[in-house]
Amino acid sequence: MEFGPHLILATLEGAVTAAVLALTAVGLSLVFGVMRVVNIAHGEFYMLGAVIAWYVAQMVGGHPALGFVAALVIAPLVVGALAAAADVTILKHIEYDPERTIVATIGLLYVIQQLTLMTYGPEARPVEAPFSGRVELPWYEWFETLFGMAQPWGWSITSYKLFVIFAAGAVLCGVWAMMARTRIGLLMRATQADRDMALAFGIPVERVYALVFGIGAGLAALGAVLIVPIQQAHYLMGVEPLLLAFIVVIIGGLGSLPGTVLAALFIGLSDGIISVFFSPTLAKILATLLVGLVLVFRPQGLFGTRTA
Amino acid sequence: MTKLIKGTSRRGALKTLAGAAAGAASLPLWARYAQAQSSEPIKIGFQQHSTGIGAAYGRWYGRTTEAAVKLINEGGGINGRKIEIIAEDDGTDPKRGAEVVEKFANQHGCDVGFGTLFSHVVIGSAPRAGELKLPYFVVSEGHHVASGMLNRYTLQPGITDVKSQVQAMAPYVSENLGKKVTMIFPDFAFGHDHRDFFTAAIEEQGGEVLEQIAIPPSETSFTKYFPQIPRDTEVLYHVMVGPAVLTFVKELGEFFGDQGPEIFGFIDSLEAVDISSPGLEFLEGTYFWEGMPRYAQEDQSEHEAFYREAVGVDETGASVSDPSDVSTYAHMFGCWETLHIIKAGMEASGYAGPLDRAKLIEAVEAMGDMPESQAHPQGAKRFNGKTHQVFGHQHISRVENGRLVRVHTTSIDDTMYPDEVDYTTQPL
Repeated sequence: MEFGPHLILATLEGAVTAAVLALTAVGLSLVFGVMRVVNIAHGEFYMLGAVIAWYVAQMVGGHPALGFVAALVIAPLVVGALAAAADVTILKHIEYDPERTIVATIGLLYVIQQLTLMTYGPEARPVEAPFSGRVELPWYEWFETLFGMAQPWGWSITSYKLFVIFAAGAVLCGVWAMMARTRIGLLMRATQADRDMALAFGIPVERVYALVFGIGAGLAALGAVLIVPIQQAHYLMGVEPLLLAFIVVIIGGLGSLPGTVLAALFIGLSDGIISVFFSPTLAKILATLLVGLVLVFRPQGLFGTRTA
Repeated sequence: MTKLIKGTSRRGALKTLAGAAAGAASLPLWARYAQAQSSEPIKIGFQQHSTGIGAAYGRWYGRTTEAAVKLINEGGGINGRKIEIIAEDDGTDPKRGAEVVEKFANQHGCDVGFGTLFSHVVIGSAPRAGELKLPYFVVSEGHHVASGMLNRYTLQPGITDVKSQVQAMAPYVSENLGKKVTMIFPDFAFGHDHRDFFTAAIEEQGGEVLEQIAIPPSETSFTKYFPQIPRDTEVLYHVMVGPAVLTFVKELGEFFGDQGPEIFGFIDSLEAVDISSPGLEFLEGTYFWEGMPRYAQEDQSEHEAFYREAVGVDETGASVSDPSDVSTYAHMFGCWETLHIIKAGMEASGYAGPLDRAKLIEAVEAMGDMPESQAHPQGAKRFNGKTHQVFGHQHISRVENGRLVRVHTTSIDDTMYPDEVDYTTQPL
């Protein structure tokens, strides 16, 4: 395939990766920003979202869209509730101590993964997309003597993949609106800025924490529900999104939402494009190298603010 | 003063004997069998991919093994002894694979190890089996057994290897589908076997491989690789394994739409996947290699019918109890046949216990032609004792009305190649 269409196709594929990555990474970033908790179990909340989506789709039956819409609502809520419960029962009791929360969330990772293996099993299972038309992209080129529209094979994307890109964009706008325009967002920002002062002003910090942890996990689950009709639900699927989300959050600046979204776009697109033209391994190498460079030259991340 | 030395009195001797008898009665069960070892079950360590990327194969390898063991035990077992399967999950992980082999030999006291499929696990485990002198019967397809990379204790007598499969397929592909081929394969040992041997085989047919697209085994989305397929490709050759296979085939269909080259795939890209899954309609008219045809063919032999029923698979290749649970039919016969070969080998060598392991290896090495039978429902085979590799018939099927219909069967001679190793020269 020629360079032009090839590049556009890679960009579109990268945009799907970026969309889901942005949701996952914003969840991680939110939790770190407000609670200062490095959540190693984040990838498992993502995996849980996909697995629950499969269960919901199985139970609902009928037209695939019904099951998918139900999963879109139920999976993030269930995962969010589970995460909030984990916050109240575990993280609160270790007083959000940075080292201990890392160990606790590593433990949580294994517990969730093994419980999923014991109940859901080791198989990869698909959820049917609510709709999935093949959208042919227009392409023009010279044929010997005349200029006309061509249809090179592969020069297309599915309508569902386009939907994922737009849906993720809409959810991210929602998160931004929540943080910037609502009372709960205000409480979160206040807690993020100064926990002790927020407590002194009567903000129920513990409840805010449980909510933030729940929302963070719910966002990861939402990303997984969106991706599961493209890929499949599998108990080991949480590993890669966790690593990529950490890369994104470090580059974007821990706790900075705009930085996270921008970094997710950058990493998602570069992953799509570099793996097409060179190799997927090179894409990962460059992303990790970028993390190293950011940590050396701008430790607070591209959009982060330096803490004293 | 003279010290009195007590002699052994009759009463004293009786006491000692009574004590020894009581002691023997209290020994653990295993020790009591010391006198009656021949009635103890033969322990076969089953290295099973229950979890990890090989889980679908592990599930069906397990069911096939269970069915074969039931049949053998009902027929009186091996040398009058029952078979006992000791299954251990290796997580489809080479490191855990080696640990499992260690457990078979040292913890469970297994007579042999058996069952491994994924080539990287075989490569990780075989050296340990060789060191422990544990006969290790693999049901993989990698060329590493016959290439001489492993050792005398590793054998592959129940399933053919990639080199012989692709060599036998290449003439059909070049004559019927096209000569300009693009290959897509997983980026590890098994995929590299496909890359190397099919490229050589198609060149021998006067064809050429335009592009080789290697995909990392952990990859979950594939569309971004497909634009590398050159437009003058006549045949797309694909083989993919693991939990992402459905995604792979589906995205392939989305990519080509109603255009695209002829498609020839190894059934590995579709093992345990229902052909009628949404998004796979484009497979209609495409071709697949099958070790054993998933759909019952019109001329299915009585042996295959028996086997199909014994492992609980219906005529579409799905589980009798759950039609959505599709089997790994093209590979799992290897477990059934390997267990029957272990039986034949142990009977030929008069195998009585771990001390006879070397005799067992020599007995299997002495095997040659294996006729089609209940023990070999996939078809006749020819074992090469020097390379420890079996050769057999291969099938090409075409998807017609959502069924895999066999269109070509190769001869055993099509699959043969010159020996690359002689394991019989290695010490036992």
